[in-house]
Amino acid sequence: MSEKELGQKWDRCLADSAIKLGTGLGLGIVFSVVFFKRRTWPIAFGTGLGLGMAYSNCQNDLRSHYVLHSKVAKVCVLIIDIIYYHVLSWSDVT
Amino acid sequence: MLRVCWKGAHAAARQCVCGKVKAHSLQHCRKYTTAGDSGSTAGKIVAASLLTVGGGLGGTILYAKWDPKFRANVEKSVPYSDQLFEMALGPPPPPLVPLQKKPGKIEPLQISSLSEASKESKQPKAKAKKSDPAPVEAPPAVEEAPAPQTLEGEECKDHHEPVLKERPVEEVTARLAQQDKAEQDALAALTAGLEESLGSTAKTTLQAIGAQEAALTAIAAHTNKLKDAMDSQTPPDEKSAQWKALNEALSERTRAMEEAEEALLKAKGELEKLREVINSAKQSKIDTARPQILAAEENLHSMIVDLDKVVTKVQTAQTEAKIVSQYSELVNEAKAQFQQELANITPEIQANWKGLSGKLSADDLNSLIAHAHRRIDQLNRELAEQRVREQLHIEVALEQQKLEDQKALERAVVSALEHSREDMRLEQEKKVQEVREVMEAEMRTQLRRQAAAHTDHLRDVLKVQEQELREEAQEILNSRVMEQETHYRRLTQEQLDTFTLDMNAAYARLKGIEEAIDSHVIAEEEARKAHQLWLSVEALNYTLKSAGADSPTEPLEGAVGVIKESCAENEFAQALATAIPEESLSRGIYSEASLRARFYDIRRLARRVALIDETRNSLYQYFLSYLQSILLFESEQVPPPAKLAPEDLDTFKLLAYATYSIERGDLELAAKFVNQLRGESQRVAQDWLKEARLTLETKQVIGLLSAYANAVGLGTTQAP
Repeated sequence: MSEKELGQKWDRCLADSAIKLGTGLGLGIVFSVVFFKRRTWPIAFGTGLGLGMAYSNCQNDLRSHYVLHSKVAKVCVLIIDIIYYHVLSWSDVT
Repeated sequence: MLRVCWKGAHAAARQCVCGKVKAHSLQHCRKYTTAGDSGSTAGKIVAASLLTVGGGLGGTILYAKWDPKFRANVEKSVPYSDQLFEMALGPPPPPLVPLQKKPGKIEPLQISSLSEASKESKQPKAKAKKSDPAPVEAPPAVEEAPAPQTLEGEECKDHHEPVLKERPVEEVTARLAQQDKAEQDALAALTAGLEESLGSTAKTTLQAIGAQEAALTAIAAHTNKLKDAMDSQTPPDEKSAQWKALNEALSERTRAMEEAEEALLKAKGELEKLREVINSAKQSKIDTARPQILAAEENLHSMIVDLDKVVTKVQTAQTEAKIVSQYSELVNEAKAQFQQELANITPEIQANWKGLSGKLSADDLNSLIAHAHRRIDQLNRELAEQRVREQLHIEVALEQQKLEDQKALERAVVSALEHSREDMRLEQEKKVQEVREVMEAEMRTQLRRQAAAHTDHLRDVLKVQEQELREEAQEILNSRVMEQETHYRRLTQEQLDTFTLDMNAAYARLKGIEEAIDSHVIAEEEARKAHQLWLSVEALNYTLKSAGADSPTEPLEGAVGVIKESCAENEFAQALATAIPEESLSRGIYSEASLRARFYDIRRLARRVALIDETRNSLYQYFLSYLQSILLFESEQVPPPAKLAPEDLDTFKLLAYATYSIERGDLELAAKFVNQLRGESQRVAQDWLKEARLTLETKQVIGLLSAYANAVGLGTTQAP
């Protein structure tokens, strides 16, 4: 179900972002507590880190369909080069 | 004044009114008073009506008394009127019965029929009613001698109805036999009767003849005796004896005469009877009795003749006796006279002068002699006178005698004539009889001869005819046989031809029938196949219905497999069946309803990701697209235009068009619109589109198949 795909992506995204955020927050809090003497900046940093990662992940997931992957890209480029060459040679002949 | 007038006027008016009232009351009174009068008029009316009714009733009753038909009519129409009539007039008269006029005539009819039967015994008369009693009564009718004579007069057969109808042969022969027997009986009875009567008549006649002859002898004796007595030559003592004998003879004679008379009467009676019997026998007309009748007649005649002869003899004797008696009377008279004179002269003398001789005195004698002389003179004178008158007397006597002789002659002649006539008649009849017999015998021989000749002739003619007929018959037979043969041949030929024709026709028909049956079979096969196809298509259709809300149908493999089987040699169907997409076969298809429902989800999603495509697919774009979808207000359903312009390729518009189409049940159009989506919306709608495409394809194929099956079914159905 292609329509469910988006939903699933969003679910993943949210779940992932929740985890990442939570983890970031937790780590930030931990780091803040453990290493940085309860300063707010590790929490913010960790949260931000988490959020950013989640955002990025989500985005990637969502645009995964449109991004050409390497092998596919190479094959495509190669095919395009061959086509150019043939076209050029044919034009040269004529 | 005016007031007074006014008052007066008022009063007058009032009075007038009152007067009117009074008048009214008067009128009422009048009415009351005339109630009595009206009562009388009512009484008059009642009386008049009663009178009319009574008059009507009385008139009806009187007329009914006079006319019984009217009475019957009224009794029929008016109930209980019959009781009234009975009360008034008595019981109704009985209905008229047609009078019986027939019985009066039956008696003479019977007698006439009897006479007819006795007369024409051989004619078969068709009187079924009287036929049976007729022959039975015929014999006794013959016996009744006086009856037929009286019955002959009553020829009243003109009166009764001539119901002539032919009786059957057996009846006729029976009748004839009966009649023959009756004849025989009649004949026997007749002969017996004749003989009897003959015998009795003969006896009586003989008796009569004997009596007559006895009378004759008695008369003769008496006459002789008288003559002798008259003859005074005998001595006186013998005279007394003579006179005694004479008296005896006289008495004898008278007795004999009486006996003769009696016998004669009896004989005459018997003869009459015999004559009557003979007549009746003659009338019976039985030919066989004729000689007997003749013999009887002859006997009768002879008896009559003898009787007459004897009677004439007796009569002549009587006349002689009369003469002699006359003479004796005269003599006696003279004697008496003489005696008287003597007595006058000599009164003392005894009457009986026979004993006179010894007692006479002289005076007496003298007176006697004188008287005697006187007497002699007288007698002489008388004698002279007598001699004178002799001639006259003789003439007179002769005349008388002539007359008497004439009479006697006449009588004798007449009787002789009669006898001779009778003789002649009898002779004639005898001769006739003989001649008849002879003639009959001759006729018989002639007839026999003729019959023989006739039979010979017939034989010859028959032989010739036989020959001719035989030839003719042979010819006819031959011709007929030939005809029959030709006919037969023709018929057989015809039969053969017709048979051949029939056989050919039958064969052709058989062939036709076979072909028809084959074509029928083919057609039925086709029909069956079409039916099967149709059934399988229907099954397929049915399987389509098995889609649940969100679940697909059953895999259509089975049904399609069935279709493939059912139309193995139908290329079109096969092609179609193979054209069904694999997915639908293996997995089944979604129903339109589920697709519709799913579409709304798709639509929501597509709207949310309307902005996302290859170039714009960051999260921020997602947020923007979502925001757009919330903020963009548009109608859910927009009827799509006939042609799509480039600006219609907007997601939202497309979705609106698709919604509109799908709401109208046009999944195909909706799919087309959805197909135009680009970017993420397209990706999102991909599956749905695929499903929709699948469903549409399958449905199309199935529709085609069912149409095809219907068409084939229609084609193979035979119109009634």
